[in-house]
Amino acid sequence: MGTSPVTAAIQHAKPIVRQSLIKRLIKNPIGLASIIYLILVALTAIFAPFISPFDPTLTDPIAIMTPPDGVHLLGTDSAGRDVLSRLFFGTQTTLISAFVVVIVAILVGVPAGLIAGYYGGKFDGISSWLANAIMALPAMIVLLAVRTAIGPSILLLMAVFGLIIAPGFYRLTRTAVMGVRNELYVDAARVSGLSDIRIIAKHIFTVVRAPIIIQSAMISGIAISIQSGLEFLGLGDTTLISWGVMINDGFKNIFLTPMLVVWPSVIIALTIGSFALLGNALRDALEDSQKIESSVKAKKPAKLRVATTQLTEAERGHLLSVSHLSVGYPQGDGSLKKVVSDVSFHVDRGEVLGIVGESGSGKSQTAFSILGLLPSNAVIASGHIVFDGNELVSANEGAISQKAMAQFRGKRIAYIPQEPMSNLDPAFTIGYQLIRPMTQVLGISAKQAKAKAIEILDLVGIVNPERVMKAYPHEISGGMAQRVLIAGSISCEPDLLIADEPTTALDVTVQAEVLDLLRDLQKRLGMGMVLVTHNFGVVADLADRVVVMQYGNVVESGNVRDVLRQPKDKYTQVLLGSMLEGKKPMTMLTGNAKD
Amino acid sequence: MLAFIARKLFSGAFLLLVISSLAYFLVFFSVDGVAYRLLGDAATEADVIAKNAELGLDRPFLDRYLDWLTHAVSGDFGFSWFTNEAIMDAMANRLPVTITLVAIAITISAILAVILGMTAAIRGGWLDRLVQFLAITGFAVPGFVIAVVAVTIFAINLMLLPATGWIPIEEDFGLWMASLILPVFSLVIATVASSAQQIRSAIKNVMEKDWVKTLRSRGIPEREILFRHVLRSAAPAGLTVLSFQFVGMLGGTVIIESIFALPGIGAYAVSATVQGDTPVVMGVVVFTVIVVIVVNLLVDLFNGWLNPKVRVK
Repeated sequence: MGTSPVTAAIQHAKPIVRQSLIKRLIKNPIGLASIIYLILVALTAIFAPFISPFDPTLTDPIAIMTPPDGVHLLGTDSAGRDVLSRLFFGTQTTLISAFVVVIVAILVGVPAGLIAGYYGGKFDGISSWLANAIMALPAMIVLLAVRTAIGPSILLLMAVFGLIIAPGFYRLTRTAVMGVRNELYVDAARVSGLSDIRIIAKHIFTVVRAPIIIQSAMISGIAISIQSGLEFLGLGDTTLISWGVMINDGFKNIFLTPMLVVWPSVIIALTIGSFALLGNALRDALEDSQKIESSVKAKKPAKLRVATTQLTEAERGHLLSVSHLSVGYPQGDGSLKKVVSDVSFHVDRGEVLGIVGESGSGKSQTAFSILGLLPSNAVIASGHIVFDGNELVSANEGAISQKAMAQFRGKRIAYIPQEPMSNLDPAFTIGYQLIRPMTQVLGISAKQAKAKAIEILDLVGIVNPERVMKAYPHEISGGMAQRVLIAGSISCEPDLLIADEPTTALDVTVQAEVLDLLRDLQKRLGMGMVLVTHNFGVVADLADRVVVMQYGNVVESGNVRDVLRQPKDKYTQVLLGSMLEGKKPMTMLTGNAKD
Repeated sequence: MLAFIARKLFSGAFLLLVISSLAYFLVFFSVDGVAYRLLGDAATEADVIAKNAELGLDRPFLDRYLDWLTHAVSGDFGFSWFTNEAIMDAMANRLPVTITLVAIAITISAILAVILGMTAAIRGGWLDRLVQFLAITGFAVPGFVIAVVAVTIFAINLMLLPATGWIPIEEDFGLWMASLILPVFSLVIATVASSAQQIRSAIKNVMEKDWVKTLRSRGIPEREILFRHVLRSAAPAGLTVLSFQFVGMLGGTVIIESIFALPGIGAYAVSATVQGDTPVVMGVVVFTVIVVIVVNLLVDLFNGWLNPKVRVK
């Protein structure tokens, strides 16, 4: 219960500056409110003896269950004790219980998680098994067994509950530590001769510190819930004043004075809720601020809209025409981070256009805008995409209309992804994933589609199509999977093929075969093709024309032969040069001698 | 698949042995005060010795443990110290009540959580925020507080439903239903929002997979991608969430059964704990662990069946 915000926070938890975290937390009204409330509760606990109007244990046989009046602001309970004073004193029990649970859980869970995550091995195996076993048990039943053995000491019971809930901290710490164990700065510390203990204390603990604080807030809430529940059942220390005991007393007399139940219930809910909201606010403060706000603001980037331009003759004439396309992602401060800016190009039937660039050049984003498969928070800031005379995407709509795309996607525009193994649904057979699009798009029967799938698999060079059709994705190799994906992309005879780094994830020998296959299919079917790649060699091999992209801009475009022979742009020259020298473009460009 | 089942069965049995042994050590290691508790403070030394001999508490701990274990394996969990009822009989009467309560509550909770979580994941917007808000509210208000409030409103003020008690289904179906509504409601409210939130993130996780994008590019309708592909891949994570909720509910029934005076094992455990009826507490622990292990086994089997990597072998 309540662990999901914490696991989400792990990914965002980086060594943070405490100051800014608190600042951001206070900026959040919910975070501020819950902090103020919890501080008030803590102050009440400390000063309860001074601010309580009555001795909370003082019974008054004459004034039993009196309604609120000037003397007893919230009335009296079944023994004539002042309800308000008892609420005040109840904060002590509540906060001490929560504190005991959190401290025990941290002291047990965090070191175990650090050791398991950092060293792995047997300790990890045993402690993870134990953590799973403990988490599989209902805590309440375990507490009842413990209560039978140790008697009605609520603090001891809470310490045991700390042990029961320690796996939460254990898992959190272990996951976080495993994530950073092999980071460069940890390696560097190791190489420089720091002892493991120093490394854990200095580098790794900073990573888990923030998630631990968030988890502590959540666990405080759970602890209060369990503690008041035990007290309510009468399993706690009856001499203690606690909210759970008060609810118990009120519930016994619920026919007479229901309000006796209401006060402690409200206080319990408010306190647990504040801890939960504090945990959430902490997580939000830690998360990338842009991420939180973009989900709210992404919908209407009104100021970014531009007037529609009439489609020009040239745009209508090409199979695909992309003009002045800009794609961006809204940032926390309301600005738009452009990943593609003012990109124009066209593709004709039977023509292969290469889009070349490094990672981050915007080439894949461009390809995905043609397919209408950009992430939902992406914004088309300017320009439009016209496919065979139809406007697919325009800046006026801001986001892409999935309905408009649906009539072309799969039918006339097809896609070959980069990573073959992650692009097949692992739960369905290859056959199903080939047949279903054909029955949907071409409207043919499953039987016809099956025959056609076998034919196409044969065409893409798969030796035993019937067997492969029955296989699940995990049963075939990466090269075979990519052939299957290519088969899927051409199965509905598209006019335009978008291939996103179709060979990058494959072995070198397989790369050449797949390129041959693509060239052959493209020629045979007369398709237009957009080939996205970082590799000039692939472009030289397949493309007719090329567009070179850097930082979201087109830096050069033209016939492949011209660009290869006489690159005009400096960047193209560097890119080409790096290829010829057999080095990675990254190394040349950034000037780092990392490798 | 058979090897998979065998492995799961074995690890379940091992877990049961370890946990019940640990529990036995915990609750039976110190039995000094038991005789006094049963006989009252006025008991003489001779009475205590006689009582200890009667209960077998004068024997060495290890003997008692092995004795208990061999009997337990054959289904004999001893007798209550207070009522002399055989624990096995009590369980046979009470376990069905608890299982019925939890099974109905988890089913309703699961259906609601899947609907809410799915809509929140896909639609986003205000519904998404509503689910998150409800999740925090459900977290903030403990199950017993919900139960107490529900009793006050529906049973006492509106007098629509019985406040406490249990009518067996064979006696009167309508009254049986009526006696279940408030307890089930209390259990569902406490769990549904947090399950919905976790199911939401499980679905969102799958929606970000590469193959979802590829399926879209192939022209498969969005509805089909969602219901046939995404839900199927999110199912294991969702089931795991529900199995955790199930365990949480088993703990929750301890309080809920006490409030509504339902004759299940939760209320039984509470009264036994208050009295110090150790064999009964021990029996409840063992049976709870068995239920948990069986449920986890079923979840594992279903997930194994869903996963082609396991199924094909």
